[in-house]
Amino acid sequence: MAQDLTSERAMLDVADLDVYHGNSQTLKGMSFSVAPGEVVCLLGRNGAGKTTTLRAIMGLMRPSAGHVRLDGVELTALAAHEVPRQGIGYVPQGRRLFSELTVRDNLDIGLMTRKSPRAVLDEVFDLFPRLQERLDQVSGTLSGGEQQMLATARALCINPSVILLDEPTEGLMPSMIATIRDVILTLKGRGKAILLVEQRVEAVLSVADRVCFIENGRVQATSPVQALRDDPSMLTRYVGV
Amino acid sequence: MAFGPFLLLATFEGLLQAAILTLTALGLSLVFGVMRVVNVAHGEFYMLGAVIAWWVSTFVSSMFGMPPAVGFIAALIVSPLAVGAIAMVGERLILKRLNYNPESTIVATIGMLYIIQQSVLLTYGPDARRVAAPFYYRIQLPWFGYSGYNLFVIAAAAVLLLIVWFILSRTRIGLIMRATQFDAETAQAFGIPIDRVYSLVFAAGAMLAAIGAVLVVPIRQAHYLMGLDPLLLSFITVIIGGLGSLRGTVIAALLIGLSDGIISVFFSPTLAKMISTLLVALVLVFKPEGLFGAKAR
Repeated sequence: MAQDLTSERAMLDVADLDVYHGNSQTLKGMSFSVAPGEVVCLLGRNGAGKTTTLRAIMGLMRPSAGHVRLDGVELTALAAHEVPRQGIGYVPQGRRLFSELTVRDNLDIGLMTRKSPRAVLDEVFDLFPRLQERLDQVSGTLSGGEQQMLATARALCINPSVILLDEPTEGLMPSMIATIRDVILTLKGRGKAILLVEQRVEAVLSVADRVCFIENGRVQATSPVQALRDDPSMLTRYVGV
Repeated sequence: MAFGPFLLLATFEGLLQAAILTLTALGLSLVFGVMRVVNVAHGEFYMLGAVIAWWVSTFVSSMFGMPPAVGFIAALIVSPLAVGAIAMVGERLILKRLNYNPESTIVATIGMLYIIQQSVLLTYGPDARRVAAPFYYRIQLPWFGYSGYNLFVIAAAAVLLLIVWFILSRTRIGLIMRATQFDAETAQAFGIPIDRVYSLVFAAGAMLAAIGAVLVVPIRQAHYLMGLDPLLLSFITVIIGGLGSLRGTVIAALLIGLSDGIISVFFSPTLAKMISTLLVALVLVFKPEGLFGAKAR
């Protein structure tokens, strides 16, 4: 099953991943891949295992079986803090900013990860000019949209080749959702591999290239977005819309 | 002596107490703040600092016939490093294996307390020993004379406090420590090796206590049970100031040290302990997160 989903120049490759939460198995043979310049979306109901998948990729949860490879490097063998250094930027669910630290501190933490060049910061400010005006503001006092920008900017500071985004539009105003979508498309244009967990079907359809439908801890079906636009029956089946 | 000069003397004593308390409580607060570990063995690191200071200064002065100041300076360097190393070994062998679980580490550090205390009793013995002060200078005020060394201790603690503040708020390692404190998991997702941070923080906390102890042994003697009082006072300080809040710890240490010094001089040390314990009870009832602590996240 892993094979037919793995494109040839796969950058991030997740294969047959099993993860347990105590005695209950949350991932059962999770397999998919994301190529450079591609946006892949994991779609499924709550509790299907989407967030667990991202956490397992980051090494924050230890899989009991399976592989996560980035350009052939086995990530499951690495300590959690070594995973981002391979070039994976993580925008966690609920943003998880260091909310008592300033915007600058949050970005600095991203920058020190891989000793990214300062030029990376210029690129980040290009995408999020508003953050540059608020460098000394305590990040917990930013608006929800700005916090999402900061969480994304912090992940971009590590100069990643793969970006994991966990529900980036959760709780945001429509105008901000459009901004986040534009950013994702820009990053895709720069050749980043993007793995997106998202609940809003319309948001998914507007940015993703492929959708993996997750149910019971595994990918039940994968479909190009174009096919879903033409025939939304799969959407009805897996997410009930 | 008239009331005014008496109050001045009491204030000096209180400041001295506050200076040492700030260093020990800061170590405890740092370890709790970053690692969420309640280190019951913290007072024993203080005691170890004093005992190692006695060994080092005695060794230097008896082997090389150096003046007390040299022995003291050697102790000020060697003792905190040795205590930091011992703490780091304890952290690697015990706390890391318990995965820093809050309940288990309390029990484990109680074990560490007895292991350290009894090891010192076996090797150093039950005697209380004094380390010679690096200098004797009596500041003669119109009403009384006061030890210049005591004032040096107060100043040294203030300088150390500034250094700790600078490291935490202005350096890269400080930023790493604060990020780990706020959200260890996210810190990991940004490449921060949190177990190395924990190891470093635990050692640094112990070293702060050890430095406080080295400063204090010329005034009070090194003894294998001397860690108990500072542990209790540090807990009181950290609870009143707010767990994990450095600013709160410093202010609470000043409050407790000063009131302890002043009440001890005017009334009795027992009354001073009763009042600070009562203060803890009141804080726990009315403001459980401490005067400056953040609400539980």
